[in-house]
Amino acid sequence: MQQSNTYIITFSVILTVVLGLLLSGTSQLLGPLQKEAIALDNKKQILGAVIPGEQIAAMTPKEVNEFYSSRIASVVVDISGKEVTEQGGTAVTAETVDIAKNYKKPAEDRLYPVYIFHSEGNPDDVANYVLPLYGAGLWDAIWGYVSLDTDMNTVGGITLAHAGETPGLGARITEPGVQARYEGKTIFDESGDLVAIEMQKGEGKDYSGDPHEVDGLSGATITAKGVNNMLRNYLGYYKAYIENKKSSTAVAAL
Amino acid sequence: MSAETVENAIAKKPAEAFLSKRRKKLVSDPLVDENPITIQVLGICSALAVTTQMKPTLVMSISVIFVIVMSNLVISLMRNTIPSRVRIIVQLAVVATLVTLVSEVLKAFAYDMYKELSVFVGLIITNCIVMGRLEAFALGNKPYDSVLDGFGSALGYSWIILTVAFFRELWGSGAVFGIPIFEYVSGIFGPDFKLATNGLMVSPVGAFIILGLIIWVQRTKTGYVEH
Repeated sequence: MQQSNTYIITFSVILTVVLGLLLSGTSQLLGPLQKEAIALDNKKQILGAVIPGEQIAAMTPKEVNEFYSSRIASVVVDISGKEVTEQGGTAVTAETVDIAKNYKKPAEDRLYPVYIFHSEGNPDDVANYVLPLYGAGLWDAIWGYVSLDTDMNTVGGITLAHAGETPGLGARITEPGVQARYEGKTIFDESGDLVAIEMQKGEGKDYSGDPHEVDGLSGATITAKGVNNMLRNYLGYYKAYIENKKSSTAVAAL
Repeated sequence: MSAETVENAIAKKPAEAFLSKRRKKLVSDPLVDENPITIQVLGICSALAVTTQMKPTLVMSISVIFVIVMSNLVISLMRNTIPSRVRIIVQLAVVATLVTLVSEVLKAFAYDMYKELSVFVGLIITNCIVMGRLEAFALGNKPYDSVLDGFGSALGYSWIILTVAFFRELWGSGAVFGIPIFEYVSGIFGPDFKLATNGLMVSPVGAFIILGLIIWVQRTKTGYVEH
């Protein structure tokens, strides 16, 4: 009974259509909510580079949005550090720049958003510059945000995220303890060359004496290399902007 | 043991009580005597992976309960129409759909949790408990009984992973549900006293140890011997 090929095929087709409709319906229904959740998560990551994670965790989504809009200003620059306000006739804002999409273009053609963390109500009183990072981990994309103090040299904080690193190994880059290792490190050496910060192989050593090295992740050497490359590349892309800011703050200090 | 109960169940009785003794057994058996993790040793992968903290473990438990109960219900409703030659694929399609639903809902309403559980929500599809219950029970039993059976198995899974997570978070991070118990306890004994956390508990090895201890205690009490 019921075992003819026609029956099986009909049954499979109906099942596929019903399940397919169910899934695409849910996806349509929840899509806007998911977009909002992702945008909020992005803001949390940007803020994570400048304020402690526990403070963000304690905030409601509404508070995060308010805090973000009152404390973060943003500009978009190109590889030569010049500000970009429109491209191909459409206005460009940092929030609309998709880092992952830009990553696929050659470095010279990309747009580079900069998020500026300032004191409340005064966009000129800058505390930190937050730069996005994007690169490849072991299995999939990794990304993050690094914040630089106004000397454009000292790292104020970093947030790192990943799409599919191994839980317990590479995925540990999201841990606050790992990200805290970057705080206070510097990206330029004494002669003024950009050296970025290297995560070392092995774990458990003390690198507090070295301004350009941080302790590694045991069992996640390739992810750590990805983080290193990403940090070096993106600081390189922003170098013109960083040098600009550096000389202008030096002038202001005089 | 449950094999006997299932066979007894086939003898039809008119209008069985809503929660008859047999039906209660469907729920209670998988809690201890036929526990999917400690006796059948299924679903170990996620039991090791998600149990570092209570909160994600709780979300995982709820997701698994939802998926098992719903898939048992759906498959049991369709059991007389499913062609036996493609039944595994049909089961898989239903389970995969339910898991995707759970994943989408988490992504929309609890994005942080979605990120934390990441791949393990998707891996509910391959959780042997789900397909195991479909094959062993839902295909041959009425919807209501199947729902009870699924609920029992999912609860059996849940209480074990929650217990593992409790000890792992307590000993590994010194907290329960993110509440810093160790800090509080250390505070009672003065500033110099500090309860140390054990890094081993945070790694999957910790889950193996806790799970082993649970199985040991349970088998000592029930006298279960593998044969």
